[in-house]
Order: sequence, then structure tokens, then C-alpha cells
Amino acid sequence: MAYTVTINGETREIDAPEDMPLLWVLRQELGMVGTKFGCGIGMCGACTVHVDGQATRSCSLPIGSVGDRQITTIEHLSQSPVGQALQQAWLDEDVMQCGYCQSGQLMSATALLNRNPNPSETEINSAMQGNICRCACYTRISRAIAQVAAEGTANV
Amino acid sequence: MFEAGIATSRRSFLKVTALAGGGLTLAASFPMAARAVAGEAAATAELNAFVTINPDNTITIVGKNPEIGQGIKTMLPMLIAEELDADWDQVRIVQGDSNAAKYGPQLAGGSFATPMNWIPMRQTGAAARAMLLAAAAQRWGVPAGELSTEPSVVVHASSGRRATYGELASDAAHVAVPDPASIQLKDGADFRIIGRAIGGIDSPKIVRGEGIFGVDTQLPGMVYAAYERSRVFGARLVSADIEAAKAAPGVINAFTVEGNGNAAELVDGVAIIASNWWLANKARERLNPQWDTGEWAGHSSAKYDADARALMAAGQPQEEFASKGDVDAALASATQVIEGEYSYPFLAHVAMEPMNCTALMREDGVMEMWAPTQIPQGGQASVAAYLGVPQDKVLVHITRMGGGFGRRLNNDYMMQVAAIARRMPGTPVQLIWSREDDVRTDYYRPAGWHKLRAGLDADGKIIGIEDHFVTFDINGGAFNPAAMPADEFPARYVSNVRYAQTKMRTAVPMGALRAPTSNAVAFVFQSFLDEVAHASGRDLPTLLLDIVEGAEPEPSTMGFTGPSAGFDPRRLRAVTRKVMEMANWGQPVAEGRALGFGYYYSHQGYFAEVVEASLTDRNQVAVHNVWCAGDVGAHIINPHGAMNQVEGSIIDGIGQALQLAVEIEGGAAKQSNFNNYQLPRMPMTPVIHAEFVLSDNSPTGLGEPALPPVIPALTNALFALTGKRVRNLPIDTSLFT
Ligand code: FES
Ligand code: FES
Repeated sequence: MAYTVTINGETREIDAPEDMPLLWVLRQELGMVGTKFGCGIGMCGACTVHVDGQATRSCSLPIGSVGDRQITTIEHLSQSPVGQALQQAWLDEDVMQCGYCQSGQLMSATALLNRNPNPSETEINSAMQGNICRCACYTRISRAIAQVAAEGTANV
Repeated sequence: MFEAGIATSRRSFLKVTALAGGGLTLAASFPMAARAVAGEAAATAELNAFVTINPDNTITIVGKNPEIGQGIKTMLPMLIAEELDADWDQVRIVQGDSNAAKYGPQLAGGSFATPMNWIPMRQTGAAARAMLLAAAAQRWGVPAGELSTEPSVVVHASSGRRATYGELASDAAHVAVPDPASIQLKDGADFRIIGRAIGGIDSPKIVRGEGIFGVDTQLPGMVYAAYERSRVFGARLVSADIEAAKAAPGVINAFTVEGNGNAAELVDGVAIIASNWWLANKARERLNPQWDTGEWAGHSSAKYDADARALMAAGQPQEEFASKGDVDAALASATQVIEGEYSYPFLAHVAMEPMNCTALMREDGVMEMWAPTQIPQGGQASVAAYLGVPQDKVLVHITRMGGGFGRRLNNDYMMQVAAIARRMPGTPVQLIWSREDDVRTDYYRPAGWHKLRAGLDADGKIIGIEDHFVTFDINGGAFNPAAMPADEFPARYVSNVRYAQTKMRTAVPMGALRAPTSNAVAFVFQSFLDEVAHASGRDLPTLLLDIVEGAEPEPSTMGFTGPSAGFDPRRLRAVTRKVMEMANWGQPVAEGRALGFGYYYSHQGYFAEVVEASLTDRNQVAVHNVWCAGDVGAHIINPHGAMNQVEGSIIDGIGQALQLAVEIEGGAAKQSNFNNYQLPRMPMTPVIHAEFVLSDNSPTGLGEPALPPVIPALTNALFALTGKRVRNLPIDTSLFT
């Protein structure tokens, strides 16, 4: 099947079976490997992208159901002020160990701050609990999000 | 495999020298030959295998070890840059390929990298600096002794002359290579880079989503493979519907692969190759494979547990592996005998990046591989042996890895993709495992059972201790994760000891999981010692301090084969006292909460930890605070990476204690993915208060030693809270109702 989807503001033509998850379209049909495979069943968040701004598990989103919704991936994160501030906070806090989960963490964190610029610790926990970090960098992830919230980047 | 890699490297590159004090030191002889690009004045100069100085004054340093998230790609070059006196902002780091002759040992395991490389990497940097000094001395006609360095600049103070490393590089490449052992290394007080918190070198790429992990490898014309193997361990392939798989959408090829007879390398399976991995993986549904499972389908965790309990009850261990004095007499004469049975389950590694490897059978006969592996030289050797070619016909690029935790010390996925790629010369193949493949076909942390007895005299002193350890016969090599150290604490400090074991048969594959053996045995012994402490009216830290009272440092003898400096009870005392102070041990805690203590020495690191826990009204365990004091020597090389390892280890251990187990049913793993193998998530993260206790010892590794003590610290806290002793992992909270 041929599909036309909008990814990071660009129109892309894709020829793939309708039930192929967006994750595998991104990684292996389009060569956009920033979005990661962790579980394939929606349980880890490694594959998180934004669909119309909402954090969405791309491993569980068939290409056939994307329609005309806007897809944003980690490769485009620095285009948003909140995404850029989070990227910097991730470096300042030296958040990561292996780093494999971190594109998904950043996508979830960005979606959180975009809808709630000043989350409480409980709100950070509940927004981020779908993202597993096997290396368990949770303290630092949470601190980096709180730092960006305190800077107020999401309010501008 | 694990030990084999070290043994080979030690033969070739390391001299293990006994020191007067009974400790060991590692002296390296890395290849030091300079290979300049000769000619023009300002050329790139490769001063040795690790250091290249560029004319623009940037410096390229090779990170030789595999990066699994432990920060080694940043940390080893820091050691080189320190002694080179490099301007860190001008340093570029590149990952070295697998090459024993060029780089010496390349291993991510056993927390070995720091102790093995602390001196050699610094010598490498110091030798390069000496060459730059010699080049400047020649150019200016002054004695090298009058020269000094500032970051990336050679200075002649009395004449005010200065030259950057870049300006001197091509001259330096023609200078005789000094004997690294002859060069004075810096005094610790002069370190500028060691001890500085430096962010991970690849982190900027990662936050931008650049493809730097193994599974991100992209090559022109690459195809993707899935590998179907039996879920029942030890099974042989009888048949599969290859044609049906070939007819599936996107499938390019499918064929059977025969195992090489070594379950640690290659087992029977069916490879399916497609234009997209998702299509290859989906086509597995059509295979209808038939397996000969032999006797193994009847095996289960329930069976192992019942068999182990029966063996412990029968009390006739197969073999004693540590014995001194007369335990039976000691126990018979004891005022009190404490007894406890403990067990722990199989665990999976579940590194975040699923197992994968990319391979290309080149026309020149070289098998070129892009391998996320913790032991690349081992993988290179296995693949070469399998293909029947010399090792230089297998070229292994080491990729960054999304976690290792010991899983990638087994290179089965390298073997699988080599078996596939050899059938498809000229086409790059990327093998990817599903998460289900990963959980179901791991080399698990061995399950184990212990029956412990200790006899106390009237003063509460332990006069005899015995352990009947029921484990598995896993036919391991030099490193056996299902074995226990013969000198397991407190054996050295008790007069009558009997540690014995019985091994059960299994086909379940087992291997090293972060802090192998220690991650299980710490729970058993520190819980049991907590029982002993309570029985004798003390708390556990007091008991430990009593046990080692007056004890002197001893050289390592039994069991541990790493670069061990021997057990030092002074370091146990220091971390124990430190964490007691940090946690206000002995003072009242908040209503409904309790503290527990755990200590363990592993991988040359001494860690004492205190957990504060409570039970929620739904009878769930909540961990509020963890205090941790650790001693890994005189320097924390990179405080960023170091603290990250400690925090990660603590949360990892809490997750194991609370909710992780792989159960065997019908000869196969029951768990399959994160829905039924539930890793810790952000909301259960405690507040972690960790500090390092610096001691006058050379630095040792941090990938592992902070993990083991947190598990007994948690279960001991639950005992303090409820009076119920956790004897089996993971914690079954129905115990507390
Ligand atoms: S890969 Fe999509 S949630 Fe895990
Ligand atoms: S940093 Fe390794 S999984 Fe998160």
C-alpha cells in the first residue's frame, strides 16, 4: 500500500503493508533511526513520537492509521524551544548511561511540558512511568524535567 | 568466554606482578610504536595506537573498550588525556575496532576496566607527552628537563617559548618511543581531568537522535533477519515450513541453520531474511517449526525448587568446596543455632537495546561485523572458528550498546548473523531479536538455594557456619556464574566452616548478570547475618564490625581470579561507619517506616547501604530513601559516570528484590516481555544519598559493586518493619499480611 504521511513537517511517500507499525517505517523504510525499538508492545516507551503533539508509541501505531496527522520524531526535537531546553538539561544533568531509552524519554518529557509547563513531582512521575530506563537514570530524568520547568521555557 | 578473554589478554599484554605487600599490580605493554604520516611540517601524527595529534591542535584519542552505558568511552580517554596534559576541549574520541594486537584487552565486564587500565592508559598518555617534550627540546636546543606543559602546549618558561602540540606533532612522531614504565606519572594532587565531572562523550548525539547504536547501523543494500529458535532449551530442530515463510510479504530468503554444538554460541534455528525486520519477524508465524525437546520439556522452576528443597532436607551435599575446623562439633556445642533456607530465581538481563548484529560477507573473504558486544575479541574468535578462517578475516567494529549487564558477554547473536551472512555474500544483513527472543533465550542469572546454619557461643560469637548450596551443573568455563566463592564472608573470620554444594542438571542457559554471584549471595548471607545479629542482641552493622574486629588486610586467595588486591577489613569498617552516620542509624525513623542495613564487597568495591522502607495500605513495598557509602579507591575518575552507576545499581537491585523473576515452565521461559518482566519505573525511585569514601588504594570499577548490598538492606528493613524474614526472592508481600 502507498501512503502519504507528514513527518517532521515533510511529506513522505511510503509503500508498506497497512499494518506495519510506524516504528519500522521510520527506522527501516525511511532510515530515521533516532526512534528506538524496545519491546514492540507499547510497554517501554523507547519508540515514543509525537502524533499531533501527543506522546504516542510508534511500535503500536500501524502506518495505515496515521492519516493526515502530524508526526514529530526525535530528529526534529530541537526545532521546539521546550525540546531544545530539555536536550540541554539532559546534557547538563548528564542524565544518561547507555542512552538507548533517551529519545523516547525526551519525547515524553516534551509532550508533558507542552501541555503542563509546571508539573509537580507526581505529575512528572505519572507522565513518565510509561518510559522504561533499564539503566535506571530516573532521578536525573526527573531532575532535568524539573529544571526546565523551573526555567519556564515552556511558558514562553 | 568471559575469563577466556582475560586469560588471552593477560598472556599477551599484561604482566601480573606480585607486590611486596601481597597485592597485585598490572603492568601493561601496549604497542607504543609511533606511526607518523611523514612529510610536511604540520601533519597528523599517530604517536601511538591511542593518541593522534592533529595539526589543528585537536587530539584524537581511541576509546578501546566497548561502551555499554558504563561511561568507559569517556573515562579511559580521560586517563590518557590527563597524563598527556591535553586540553580536554580539543580532544575527540573514537571507538577502536576489536584488535587485541593493537589495543590489548577490550572487555566490558567484571568492573575490570578501571583496575586494569588505571596505569596502562596513563602511561600511554605520558609516553606521548614525553615525545612532544623531546620534539620541543630538539627544536629549541634546550634540555627536555627545562620544559613543562600547559594543556596542549609545551612551554619553555625561562625563554618564554611556547609551541602547541599540533605544531610539534610531526616532529614528535620521529622521536624515539620512550619506555612507558620509565616515565614518572603525575601526582594525584596535580590531576586536572581525572576527578572532573565530564558528561558522556556521545550524549549530544543521543539527545539529537543520531544513530550510534548497533541496531542503528545502516549499510547500502542491507536486509534484515529474524532467527526462530526453540523456546524449550536444549532442543534440536526437526522441521520447519521454509517455503511458507518464503512466500510471506517482503521475505527475501529463509533457511535452516544448524547449531555448532555449543549452546553458548549457536543453536539450531531458522533464519528469515526480509526487506524490513518487521516483515521477517512476522513471517515466523508461518514456520510451524517442530523441535525435538528430549527430556528438557519436563523441566520447570517448580521442579527445580522441589528438588532443591528435598536435597537440602536430605542434607547430603555432593561436594565441599570450603572446609576448616570441625563444624559439627562447633554446632553441637553452640549455645544457639540459627538456621535459614534462602532462594532466588533466574533473572534476565533485558538490556534496553535488543540483541542485534550486522554482518557483511565481503568478496575478499573478510566477514565484516558491526557488533554490540561486551567481549568483541571473544566474538571475533568464535566467528572465525565457526567459519574456519583466521581471526584477521573477521573484522569487528565495536558499536555503542544500549546496555549490557553481562548479556553481551555471550556472542550468540554474532554467531547467528555470521551463519546467515555467509550464505548471502555481498549483502549486508542485520539480525535483530524481538524482546520476546531476548527474554526467552537469555543466559540467565542462575537460580539458587542455600540452607545455612550458624552456631553462636554464649557471647554471641559465631563459632561455626555451614551452607548447603544447591545450584546447577552448567558446565561453565573458567567463570561459572552458578558457583559461589569459597571464602564467602564471614568464612575467614570463623574457625569452623563448611560450604558445600549439590548441582542439579538443566538445559537452561546461564551467564553473568551485573555483579554475578554477588547479586544473589549478598542477599543470602547479609540476611542470614541479620538473623544472627538479632539472635545475639545486636544490629547487623555492629555484628559486622565485631566480626572483623582487629582483623588485618589479607591477600585474595580463594575463588576470585580478577586483578584482586585482597580483602581489607579497614575498608569494610569505614563504609559501614560512614553509612550509619549518613542514615542516622539507630535514631528513630518516621512512623510506619523502618531501616535495614546491607554490606557487600565485590569487584574490589566495598559498599554499605541503608534502605528506608514502608508498606502501603495495599501491602506494597515502598522504598523512600537509600543511603550508600562506597569505597573504590583514592580517586573517582569521572564523578558524573560514577554516581550514575551507583544510582542505577541501587534501583536495579531494588527492582530485582521486588518484582523480577524468570520462571521455567515446560522447559521454556514463561516471561516474554516488559508486561510480565516488570522493570523498575520512575514512580518507584527512592531518594538516593550516595557518597564515596576515598581510601589509599588505586581506583577500581563501579559497574557492579553498589548493587548487591541494596537487596539485603531492603529485606532487612522489611524484617525490622514487620518481624517477617524474607527468605525467597522476589519478595512475596503476602508474607506481611
Ligand atoms: S517499543 Fe514501543 S513501547 Fe516499547
Ligand atoms: S540510559 Fe540506558 S536504558 Fe535509559
